[in-house]
Amino acid sequence: MTRGRAYQASAVAAEIAVPLGILAAWQVWTARANDPMFPRLSTILVEFREMWLFSQFELHVVPSLTRIAAGFAIAVVIGIVLGIPLGLSRWGRLLAMPHIEWWRAMPPPALLPISIVLLHSIGNRQKISFIAFFCLFPILLNTIDGVRGIDPTLLETARSYGMGSLERIRRVVFPAALPQIFAGMRTSLSLAVIMMVLTEYFSSTSGVGYVLLISKNTFQLVPMWAAIVLIGLLGYLLNVLLLLVERRVLRWHRGWRAAAAAQ
Amino acid sequence: MSQNGGPVLEIRNLAKTYGTRAKATRAIADVSFSVADREFVCVVGPSGCGKTTLLKCVGGLLRPSSGEVLLRGKRVTSPPEEMALVFQEYGRSLMPWASVRNNVLLPLRHKSLGRRERKELVEEALGAVGLTRFIDHYPWQLSGGMQQRVAIARALAYQPSILLMDEPFASVDAQTRGDLEDLVLRVREEFAVTVVFVTHDIDESVYLSDRVVVLTHAPTVVEEIIGVELPFPRDQIATKELPEFAHLRGHVYRLIKRELVEESEPGESVLAEAAQKGVRE
Repeated sequence: MTRGRAYQASAVAAEIAVPLGILAAWQVWTARANDPMFPRLSTILVEFREMWLFSQFELHVVPSLTRIAAGFAIAVVIGIVLGIPLGLSRWGRLLAMPHIEWWRAMPPPALLPISIVLLHSIGNRQKISFIAFFCLFPILLNTIDGVRGIDPTLLETARSYGMGSLERIRRVVFPAALPQIFAGMRTSLSLAVIMMVLTEYFSSTSGVGYVLLISKNTFQLVPMWAAIVLIGLLGYLLNVLLLLVERRVLRWHRGWRAAAAAQ
Repeated sequence: MSQNGGPVLEIRNLAKTYGTRAKATRAIADVSFSVADREFVCVVGPSGCGKTTLLKCVGGLLRPSSGEVLLRGKRVTSPPEEMALVFQEYGRSLMPWASVRNNVLLPLRHKSLGRRERKELVEEALGAVGLTRFIDHYPWQLSGGMQQRVAIARALAYQPSILLMDEPFASVDAQTRGDLEDLVLRVREEFAVTVVFVTHDIDESVYLSDRVVVLTHAPTVVEEIIGVELPFPRDQIATKELPEFAHLRGHVYRLIKRELVEESEPGESVLAEAAQKGVRE
């Protein structure tokens, strides 16, 4: 027990120490280089505090976060709602898979101009739709896979107890596929951050990506670096948040897998 | 046993073929037998003889290719509410995300019962299999034998009049198996259920049942139906020491051995595969 705890403590220490070391090296290197393209880390951090904490938080960070949240949420709902029936139906997959594979293979920037034309918008409508569209595929494909992978004995059990198809989906299919749905959600969430930056960088009047673009266009390198740091942090923190949710929701899954491995 | 009032369950000329034409595999050729109210019938046969297929047809999970299953004179076309099926693979038929309580509760959710009634049924069933203390555990935190007891409790809470059991104790150790056999005999009395119990274990079939239905290898027909006149309550030691037990056991053994010699092993795996496909279709 104490050994385990000591191990855990040193693991956490290492996890913190390595990035701190890298930051320190960065600071030393930028201070020495004195290159306007690579401002000092301390300068960037001061700028970071002034920009994001909190003068422009509401103006630019909140819109970006809202777009990520809305786009991601839409993708989760549509991905699950479409993925479950497709996972259950061979015919459905036969008909739908070529289309899914086609759109999935599409590079997102290729659809940026048309999304603005089609949606008549460079505002939230276009941004959220764009994020949702590309976040959909990992969730959809993982849901289909998760449903297909369900042990047939579980489904037979549900059927033998006379559970109707909706109840079966709600009480058996959905929870059984949930571990893989979460795997898709993790991929999608990082995509959501990418798509947020992409759409805002392309055409926008607000958001972190927009700040990045304006800074670049006006050769303001320090704010640009501050935006980059913020985007990295956002992606990291969102992922941590999702992992925490997953840990709670899928607590059974870790225990179950550990039990299966111990046998 | 009260056997008046006609059979509860009738299997009439049941046949099941997987696949079509050239690829067709005849699993069951022609099986007929009936089960009286509160009777305990064991179905034994050589491995690969389609016992599981037969039970799934009886339970309304598989459609027979021809012939029929009658429950109180009515044809079974989908899983009837009066039956509960206990699978061999307890580890795969229990929901790993649900506690023991919620696993037992699951099939009750769509029955028109009050909240309290449901709770009582769950607790009563878990009490009957001796798992009250483990009600808030997850199934995977329990041993194999205990998991199968959860599956049995789930079946009992569903309040079936017929319990179908598909080699339920095939994957537990011998000691646990004996305990579980006695448990089934006890709950059968307590809950007044009719039991159709598929097994490949000859001792088990004789020990548990009122009658043993012996099947041939595939394409399967009924080889013989044997009445078991051993006294109740049965006892793992005393019953098995009776000369009558030895005699019956020997008789069933000879029937099955003859089947095994005759069979040139054309395809247990083929059949198992076909059964899986049939399930997924």
